[in-house]
Amino acid sequence: MIHDFGIVWSERDLLLSGLGNTTILSVLSAAAALLVGFAVTPALMSKQRLLAGIARGFVDGMRCIPFLLFAYIVYYGLPSFGIRLDNWTSGLVALTIYNAAYMAEILRGAWAAQPHEPIEAGVAFGFSNIGLFRRIVLPPLLLAAGPVIGNQMIQIVKDSAFLTIIALPELTHAASSIQSRHYVPFAAFITAVLLYWGLCLVIEAGVSSIDRLAAARR
Amino acid sequence: MSASDVLAILQGAVVTVTLSLAGILIGLPIGLALAVLRWADVPVVARMVAVYVSILRATPLVTLLLLLFFALPNIGIAIGPISAAILALVMNTAAFNCEVWRASLMNFPRDQYEAAQSVGMNASLRFRRIVLPQIVRVSLPGLVNEMSLLIKVTPVLAVVGVVDITRAAVRIGAETYEPLPPFLVAVALYAPIVFVLVSLQRWIERRQRMAEAAA
Repeated sequence: MIHDFGIVWSERDLLLSGLGNTTILSVLSAAAALLVGFAVTPALMSKQRLLAGIARGFVDGMRCIPFLLFAYIVYYGLPSFGIRLDNWTSGLVALTIYNAAYMAEILRGAWAAQPHEPIEAGVAFGFSNIGLFRRIVLPPLLLAAGPVIGNQMIQIVKDSAFLTIIALPELTHAASSIQSRHYVPFAAFITAVLLYWGLCLVIEAGVSSIDRLAAARR
Repeated sequence: MSASDVLAILQGAVVTVTLSLAGILIGLPIGLALAVLRWADVPVVARMVAVYVSILRATPLVTLLLLLFFALPNIGIAIGPISAAILALVMNTAAFNCEVWRASLMNFPRDQYEAAQSVGMNASLRFRRIVLPQIVRVSLPGLVNEMSLLIKVTPVLAVVGVVDITRAAVRIGAETYEPLPPFLVAVALYAPIVFVLVSLQRWIERRQRMAEAAA
């Protein structure tokens, strides 16, 4: 057993590059999903029926289909429309669009729960549009939604593992290749599991520091 | 895409639903048992459950499934794709269910428990008659939410050769060189299953809010 872990250790470069790719994929698509989510949220809350309907359809649609199926549609289905993406681009696009729907719904919930008074006070002080959003609406919104966004980030890390199926060289894929090369299944996958755990603990630590910040501001 | 292809995807749907149901039905009581172990603060065991839940919640189902499928035979436990799939689903969903159950156990009013004690109910009777009926109600929305999450990770089971909806659709797409139609059939199958669960969750929440408002 110790010997097996020795083999995994000798392949640490492969494993670390997998961990790096998982981290890059997760961070990039979480940031992008949050941005897209911010664009979709006002549409969800819009008073224009058509716009709100389209945004609602997108969000509910994504929440009804499995991520893996969506990734397959992006990777294998889009070429039917003449859009051909490599596995990295498809992976990023799929992760981003899919999770943007969840982010939009999270932000909508947090936004709807925000008190109106600070915003009205901001308007009275002469803030408008972007300034109002950036200075008055955004900070408490992000603090309130922080823990749920953190949960969604953990979900993104776990979703990224599915992309091993379109041969993206992330952490699970690295563990799989070590296992098939040396036949050390337990050591290879347990190491991957522990690395995922570490990644999620880092995210949780980030969330609780945001929580402390929020508590200090209250 | 021919009628027999649609039939193949429908067969996949039977597999998806069966495996999901097995995962849900086995995972629910195990999650409850884990939650009770933590709630009762059984020494050492409670800590182990906490670590188990923390690790399992951070582990992608694909990784867990590959671990079980390849590592168990390695230590002499023979396991087929279907049993590996069910075991992975149960281990995964039990960890999430444990957290849902535990949250409602933690919020269970202490005075009710003490009242039951004072009328002479023993521990198992207290749990069955006083605690369980109430925490089931509180936990239900969270548990149903976890069920819809479970269905959405089942396509992963294909990596060990289980032919579910997604796998059947991919296979037909590869054979006909037209991947889109089978994918759309797959979407049309998943959407109603998840939609039913999400509606069920909303309905339970609404009913409970109304009951609270009336009380």
